[in-house]
Amino acid sequence: MRSLVLVEHKNERVEPVTRNTIKAAQILGYEITALIVGDRVEKVAKEVAETLAVSKVLVAKHSFLCHQLSEQVAQLLKSIVKRDSYSHVWAPGSTYGKNILPRAAASLNVQPVSDVVQVVDKDTFVRPIYAGNALATVQYISQEGPRVLTVRPSAFPVSESGPCSSKADILYVQDELLSELAESSTRFEGETVSKSGRPELGSAKIVVCGGRALKSAKNFQMLDSLADVLGGAVGASRAAVDAGFVPNNLQVGQTGKVVAPDLYIGVGISGAIQHLAGMKDSKTIVAINTDPEAPIFQVADYGLVQDLFTAIPAFEEEIKKLQRA
Amino acid sequence: MKILVAVKRVIDYAVPVRVKADKSGVEALLPKMSMNPFCEIALEEAVRLKEKKFVSEILAITLGPAGVQDVLRHALGLGADRALHVVSEQELQPLAVARLLAAVAKRESVGLALLGKQAIDDDSNQTGQMLAALLDWPQATFASKVEIDTSVPSKMRAVVTREVDGGLQTLSMELPAVITADLRLNTPRFVSLPNAIKAKKRQIEQLSPDSLGVEIVPQLRTVEVNAPPLRNAGTRVSNVAELVERLHNEARVL
Repeated sequence: MRSLVLVEHKNERVEPVTRNTIKAAQILGYEITALIVGDRVEKVAKEVAETLAVSKVLVAKHSFLCHQLSEQVAQLLKSIVKRDSYSHVWAPGSTYGKNILPRAAASLNVQPVSDVVQVVDKDTFVRPIYAGNALATVQYISQEGPRVLTVRPSAFPVSESGPCSSKADILYVQDELLSELAESSTRFEGETVSKSGRPELGSAKIVVCGGRALKSAKNFQMLDSLADVLGGAVGASRAAVDAGFVPNNLQVGQTGKVVAPDLYIGVGISGAIQHLAGMKDSKTIVAINTDPEAPIFQVADYGLVQDLFTAIPAFEEEIKKLQRA
Repeated sequence: MKILVAVKRVIDYAVPVRVKADKSGVEALLPKMSMNPFCEIALEEAVRLKEKKFVSEILAITLGPAGVQDVLRHALGLGADRALHVVSEQELQPLAVARLLAAVAKRESVGLALLGKQAIDDDSNQTGQMLAALLDWPQATFASKVEIDTSVPSKMRAVVTREVDGGLQTLSMELPAVITADLRLNTPRFVSLPNAIKAKKRQIEQLSPDSLGVEIVPQLRTVEVNAPPLRNAGTRVSNVAELVERLHNEARVL
C-alpha cells in the first residue's frame, strides 16, 4: 500500500492546498510519494523534500510540461501509477486537481471520489453532496485499481510548516517515460493572474466576504482595508462577482472556493445556499446585514443588523483600538 | 459540425433538500426537478455556436430511467435538434456516464462535446474530464468563454478561457474536444411557449447501454448519507463595539 500525491505548485512555491492533501493522505499511514510535474521545478522539489512529510519526491521535468496541461499530466500520472502500483492517488480538490485527476482516473478505469472531507479507511471516504447539505459515505467495492481521490483542502487543516525531521530523496522521472507522452494539440495561450499582497483565500485564517450590497467595485476597497487591518483575505459572493465588483477567483461558494477560516465575516451577504456551501464550516461566523431576515443570520455566531457603510469603518476603528491596547 | 450536449435532470437548485431518515440519500422538500444549471449553460453555448454557424446539429443526451425524459423536452425547447435517451434503471456513476457518452460521441462522429462542469446533486465535477480521457480528446474545463478559430478550415480550434483558482487561463485546442461550462459562460435563454409546445411533439431516440456496447459496473457503493453537523444558533449583537469585544473575549479570534 502506498500513496502518490500530485503536488500543486506555481514553479516558485508549493501551493498551500498540497499540504492539506498530504495531511489527508497521512491518515492511512502509508508511505507517501510526492509527484511534481513542470519545467523549472528544482526549487519546488527542494521545498517539498525539506518541508513536507513525504518519503520520496518524484520529479517529472520537461519544457513541454511547463503549463501542466491536463492531457500530459494525466497521462504521466497513469504511467507512473501503473509502473509503481500505487494503491492511492491524491490531489487537491482545487481547479488544478479537479481538472487533471478525473482524466487520469478514467484512463486507469477507476471511478474517482471528489472532495474527500473525511478518510474513514483505505476504501471508505466521506464527501459532501448537494452543496454540502448532505455528507455521503462512499466505499470502493471493486478490489482492483488504485483509489483516486481529490481532497477538500479546508477539511484537513495544517499548522504552519517547519522543516521535516528527515529530508526526502528527490528522484527524476526518466526521459523514456516523458518521451512516451503523446503530443496534444492543446496550447497555452495566456493567463490573467489576480495578485494581491493578502493571504491566499483558501488558507487564510480570517476571510472578509462582500456581497451585492456593496454596490460597486470601489466600495469593495472598504473590505480590502478591513482585511489588511485583520491580516485576512477578501472573498465575495457569486452575486458580487456576477455584478463585476471583483474577479471570479474571489468567489466563495459551491462553485467557487470553499473556505473554513477561524473567522469569517460576511458583509452585505444574504446567504444563498450556494454561498453557504462555501463557508459554513468556518469556525466563527460574523454576519453584518441590514436585513434581519437574511438567511446568513441562521448560520452566524454573531449577527449585527446594521448598514455596512457605517458598520465597516467603525469595525476597522474598533480593531485598531484593540490592536493598540 | 455536430455537437453533443449532455443534460442531467436534478432537484431544482432552489429547492431545499434533507437527508432521508433511513440515511439512504436525500429528498427534496418540493417536487420540482429541473435541468442541472451547468448543463443548461452548456446547451445555451451550443445554441449560440449554432447561431454563429459553427455547428450544424445539436444532439442533447440524457441518461437514466424513463422519468428523466422531461429534461430532453426542455432541451428541445431551448434549441437542441435531436434528443437521445440512454435508458438505464441502474445507478450511473460518472465513469459509466462518460463511457456511454463516449460511445455515442463516436457513433455520431461529433466534433465537440459540451458539458456542464458539474451536476449540483452529486457535485462530482468529473464526467467531462473522463469523457475526454476515454475519447483521447483535448479538454477545457471551467470555461467562461468559448471561441472557434476557423483560420485553418481543416483544423478548427476552440479557444477557451477557463476560470481557475488563480484567475483566468486561456487554452486553445484542435477539435474534436471536450469543453465543460462554468457559471459565467453565458446566461441561458427561456423556452418560448411555441417552442415548448413543439418540443412536446418531437421524437426522443432511445438507446440502451447494451446497444452501445457498454457494461455498467459500479465501483462505489454509498454506505450512508448523513446530515452535516448543525451550527448552534448564534447571538445578535447590538453594535460594532460589542461585536469586537465578543470576538476578542468570547470567540478569541481577534
